[in-house]
Amino acid sequence: MPFHFQAKPSLVAYVTCGDPDLATTREVIFALIEAGAAVIELGVPFSDPLADGPVIQRASERALKAGTTLENVLKLAAEIRVEAQSTGLIIFSYLNPILRMGLEKFCKVARHAGIDGVLVTDLPVEEAAMYLREMKKNDLAPIFLTAPTSTDERLKKIAQVSSGFVYAVSRTGVTGAQRQLPEDSQKLVKRIRRFTKLPIAVGFGISDAEQFRAVGKYGDAAVIGSAIVQVIERNKRNEARAVKEFIGKLVIRNE
Amino acid sequence: MPETLMAALEELEKAYEKAKKDKKFQARLADLLRNFAGRPTPLFCAKRLTEKLGGAKIYLKREDLLHTGAHKINNCIGQALLAERMGKRRIIAETGAGQHGVATATVCALLGFECVVYMGTEDMRRQELNVFRMRLLGAEVRGVDSGSRTLKDAINEAMRDWVTNVRTTHYLLGSVLGAHPYPTMVRDFHRVIGREARAQILKVEGRLPTTVIACVGGGSNSIGIFFEFIKDKKVRLIGVEAGGRGETLGDHAARFRGGSPGVLQGTYSYVLQDAAGQIALTHSVSAGLDYPSIGPEHAWLKDTGRAEYVPASDAEALEATTVLARTEGIIPALESAHAVAETIKRAPKMKKSEILVVNVSGRGDKDVGILRENLSLG
Repeated sequence: MPFHFQAKPSLVAYVTCGDPDLATTREVIFALIEAGAAVIELGVPFSDPLADGPVIQRASERALKAGTTLENVLKLAAEIRVEAQSTGLIIFSYLNPILRMGLEKFCKVARHAGIDGVLVTDLPVEEAAMYLREMKKNDLAPIFLTAPTSTDERLKKIAQVSSGFVYAVSRTGVTGAQRQLPEDSQKLVKRIRRFTKLPIAVGFGISDAEQFRAVGKYGDAAVIGSAIVQVIERNKRNEARAVKEFIGKLVIRNE
Repeated sequence: MPETLMAALEELEKAYEKAKKDKKFQARLADLLRNFAGRPTPLFCAKRLTEKLGGAKIYLKREDLLHTGAHKINNCIGQALLAERMGKRRIIAETGAGQHGVATATVCALLGFECVVYMGTEDMRRQELNVFRMRLLGAEVRGVDSGSRTLKDAINEAMRDWVTNVRTTHYLLGSVLGAHPYPTMVRDFHRVIGREARAQILKVEGRLPTTVIACVGGGSNSIGIFFEFIKDKKVRLIGVEAGGRGETLGDHAARFRGGSPGVLQGTYSYVLQDAAGQIALTHSVSAGLDYPSIGPEHAWLKDTGRAEYVPASDAEALEATTVLARTEGIIPALESAHAVAETIKRAPKMKKSEILVVNVSGRGDKDVGILRENLSLG
């Protein structure tokens, strides 16, 4: 289904669900939507987040300690969907928790909960046949990561099976705030555009207004993840308000 | 695998396929295995152990005599030569017991590469000797404090480094795990163990062994000795996993006893995990077997019935260390002691005319600290 990216760039916001608990995550997500997020990435905590830097690693540990599971993240998604009809909702997870639930069951439950798309961090396109089948059956958008190291051949393959939008990882590295967006980022988006008409979201390392604005020059959306997770970490018992303030400073709404 | 690494994996696969056919590469590899690492390793007839157990005739494949004290260097030399071909001069590795870390540091010193080894801080404590050796060899050892602070956490951190430095760095993975081409490539570099053992047993006994036993952590030494015998259908292949201190999830690392299919660190295999798909903590007195997943080729051997997998407990492995030390004058690594423990159980039940080959994958110097804690020597 089409994701509506109207602002340039639109905001895609990532949170690790369950950090410090699901009730707080719920509040934070509504704050993000109020602050203008077009899409929310519901991060599912995993015991071995090898693509994540220390901020999201710590958040995952806290969320797991609080008893967060893929199952209760999907339940949270359903609750949010009831109140937020036009926001894009994506499940962002490593593969194993999804496999454990079962691809078929996962996709059915996700659809039922009102999820729009799924991004599986460690599922490469060539291993995705069964996943793509179940996603299609349930009208869910499979979103894939592309990296500066992805060859043109890989970008083509990824573009062919993607729907919703394409996620361009801005640099070779794990998640985490950076001081500058590398040149890699714009080059990658340019390359992807040769293979797809889908909107492109740029992520990894975006944490201030300047970077956010810079993405707007060549990308359709900017993903903010670790920066949000860090605000949550640093503002115990005041998470939702702190996140709203942070986004307010960062995002320029030019519709 | 994260997308960022896919191009590197494809590059590695291509380089490996080319190297396989390159006679110069193979000659250089063979030369270093012989003149630097000390191959071939002996196949030693353990007369006193055989007598003591009163059953099958026991032969020990002495990978403990290989340079650096374990089989690991077979793979390190191979991959380092590949990295050289690909123009990558920075090598990173994970290590559990430290043997793979030491072998990697050794080869990097030999070839003049930069070397960074990731090791769980719990493993650094219990395998102190190896930490020292790596640093003496010029490697940087980075402690990993997250998760269980053992092997799987070291792999996570190595992966993060690789994702960040993929253009200049080769990840020298130490076992038959990870994404393709690692499981195949690492197995191929260790096949020499089985190739030698098979030729050696035929030479000395004129027939194939009845059974081959090896310990299984990630699965490199075991697949290395098993592979050549897979086609010999009558030869039984027994893999010994870490039975740890009990059967509860978290108390052992017996993947086939308590695991189920799952994806961890690029591999789809049997994984110890909870009902929600989170990877379980594991335990073994031996750092090298303390890992929640297992090489996919072992999963295939188990599922097709070609190999059987049994656990040996911490206590049995510790006991086996003393038995082998006092019966044959060989102190095995705690990992290898698991294979010896199974030998002690199995040999007496076999006929005197039968032959048992056991892979002693490493020597036990690194384990003196643990042995001192756990054994009361008279």
